[in-house]
Amino acid sequence: MAVCVYRTSRVLVQGITGKEGRYHAKACKEYGTKVVAGVTPGKGGQEVEGIPVFNTVEEAVRETHPNVSLIFVPPPFAADAILEAVGSGIKTVVCITEGIPIHDMVKVKSVIEKEGVTLVGPNCPGIISPGAAKIGIMPGHIFKRGSVGVMSRSGTLLYEVSDQITRAGLGQSTCLGIGGDPIVGTDYIYWLKLFEEDPETEAMMMIGEIGGNAEEKAAEFIKSGAITKPVFAFIAGRTAPPGRRMGHAGAIIMGKSGTAASKYQALREAGVHVIENPGVIGETIAQVLKEKRL
Amino acid sequence: MKLHEYQAKEVLSGYGIPVPEGRVTYFPDDAWMVAMELGLPVVLKAQVLTGGRGKAGGVKLARTPDEVKEVAKDLFGKKLVTKQTGPEGVIIRKLLVEKAADIGRELYFSITIDRTTSKPTVIASKRGGMSIEEVAEKYPEDIIKIPIDPVTGLLPYQIRRLKYDLELVDQEKEAAKVFNALYKVFVEKDCTLVELNPLVVTKSGHLLAVDAKMDVDDDSLFRRKEISKMRDLTESDPSELEAKIAGLNFVRLTGNIGCMVNGAGLAMTTMDVIKLAGGEPANFLDVGGAATPETIAKGFEIITRDPSVKAMFINIFGGIVRCDKVANGIIQALKKVEVNMPVVVRLTGNNKEEGMETLKKSGMRFYVAENLKEAAKMVSELSKETEADINKNKQQKKDKEEK
Repeated sequence: MAVCVYRTSRVLVQGITGKEGRYHAKACKEYGTKVVAGVTPGKGGQEVEGIPVFNTVEEAVRETHPNVSLIFVPPPFAADAILEAVGSGIKTVVCITEGIPIHDMVKVKSVIEKEGVTLVGPNCPGIISPGAAKIGIMPGHIFKRGSVGVMSRSGTLLYEVSDQITRAGLGQSTCLGIGGDPIVGTDYIYWLKLFEEDPETEAMMMIGEIGGNAEEKAAEFIKSGAITKPVFAFIAGRTAPPGRRMGHAGAIIMGKSGTAASKYQALREAGVHVIENPGVIGETIAQVLKEKRL
Repeated sequence: MKLHEYQAKEVLSGYGIPVPEGRVTYFPDDAWMVAMELGLPVVLKAQVLTGGRGKAGGVKLARTPDEVKEVAKDLFGKKLVTKQTGPEGVIIRKLLVEKAADIGRELYFSITIDRTTSKPTVIASKRGGMSIEEVAEKYPEDIIKIPIDPVTGLLPYQIRRLKYDLELVDQEKEAAKVFNALYKVFVEKDCTLVELNPLVVTKSGHLLAVDAKMDVDDDSLFRRKEISKMRDLTESDPSELEAKIAGLNFVRLTGNIGCMVNGAGLAMTTMDVIKLAGGEPANFLDVGGAATPETIAKGFEIITRDPSVKAMFINIFGGIVRCDKVANGIIQALKKVEVNMPVVVRLTGNNKEEGMETLKKSGMRFYVAENLKEAAKMVSELSKETEADINKNKQQKKDKEEK
């Protein structure tokens, strides 16, 4: 069944007339995703790859009934784009944009919490349920429909790990990027719950990185007994020097908290299968699941 | 982006927050003149973009004209090594000269964005003057944490609580003014941190921001031109600066394997996997989601001209940055730079075939790896071989000369 996005998802692309919006709207459509509309203010009435373009989300919703919005709007206007989608009643928003000011995200977060909206990202590759719907910028061919649910703070690392899982003879139920910014729409716990309830998902893979405490919080949640399916985890940045921001606004070690070691320890104590070598993630999951099935 | 103390105080003072009288100076004579104008005693404070400056000897009190001369002469040009700078330290080029405050009590007051609640949060304590980490460790009960709803802003009841907890009943009006102004600065200047430590209650009973720290969100600088103008480039690593201007995320490390990767997470993982394979990464480089052939060429140049780099690893998982884009960037760079080290290439994902084809036609010799594990092993071994070859050549040359 997968989680959050399905074959039936109807997708609106905000910022569809930009270079990236256009390219990826086409790629999503070719993957089989139902891309029903695009929005760019001032470009209403045009078409992109056969997709009708509207001036406002409100109009697009009225005419084409999308239930997911995919956002490629540049950073100065991205927070407004998210809020426009929310204001038009869309309950699932996927924001690819990198570099949104943190104070803008403080406001967005406060609104989506009140409205009960699922925001994937920002600063993420999107979400894919292999074989059903691709809503994002990920290369579709490396994913295969299967039983592992994958969540990641980093985009390319999501590809790397999903590719390894596919090559190990398994597949994925749903894969998504939580986002690389300090403030993002969802945390691991949100997805762990969904994957736990999803009959198609047999195991979950958490891809974390240094900085913040999202992984520690997830570990606490798993430890509480809420998750019965096997969980695997890898944390990027064990060799990163403290005090230096490693690309992602969120990836920085301050003092003793947020290190790979502290995250690994918390996860291990929660009974998570910790994989410290990023070269063998796929094969390790395959092996553990095989032993479990026997 | 971090602001210097004198810059932060300039901003705060513009919002009506009281700061000590003073001026930034660039030469010892200048410092002496400012001190005489202000009247003694004065405090001379090194303006460096690093914490732990007081403990490292970068802040000094001067009571007499001679002391001012002595301290200024001593501090200008001095290498300041704090727990945050590492052994290479940072050179003092500017001194803030301030009238010494007549300190009654020292408080701590800051606003930051709490990642766990995604809300601006006031952190305050009646124990100021020491680092907040130290207070948290020794007197956790004396730390006040107040989350602020971004819709309502800092509310009167929250200010009342601060007034009682920080024992500012006599300074009620002044305190409310300072706290409100500070929240205003925090929002209007897109700060990720404003910190007053100490916020002083003077012997005459007034509030004074004796030290100030301000960090502004890099992602907001497009709308904070007045702040980005304040950027001090003198303390940045030249290569890191060059990379930043080109739109690359680059951090110099101490090893000998140059890494070029797309995506921060994969770039960190590449460092990790190289270490696991026994190698040492020379840098973190994420070409970013908006990479063009030009920025990739720049990244390639920055890595290859570093003399400590003995092997290179190009690890691209094509997504928004497609493999052919990266290959074209490398071709551009090869017109400018000569590569005389082994290069391991691993391209996968979007437009992998086109990328590989372009690289093969370039004439650059490189090793192809299929996966991360194999690539890391390969590049770690190659870096060691190259290093060994260089040492052998040096030795042979030396032997010849001796003969």
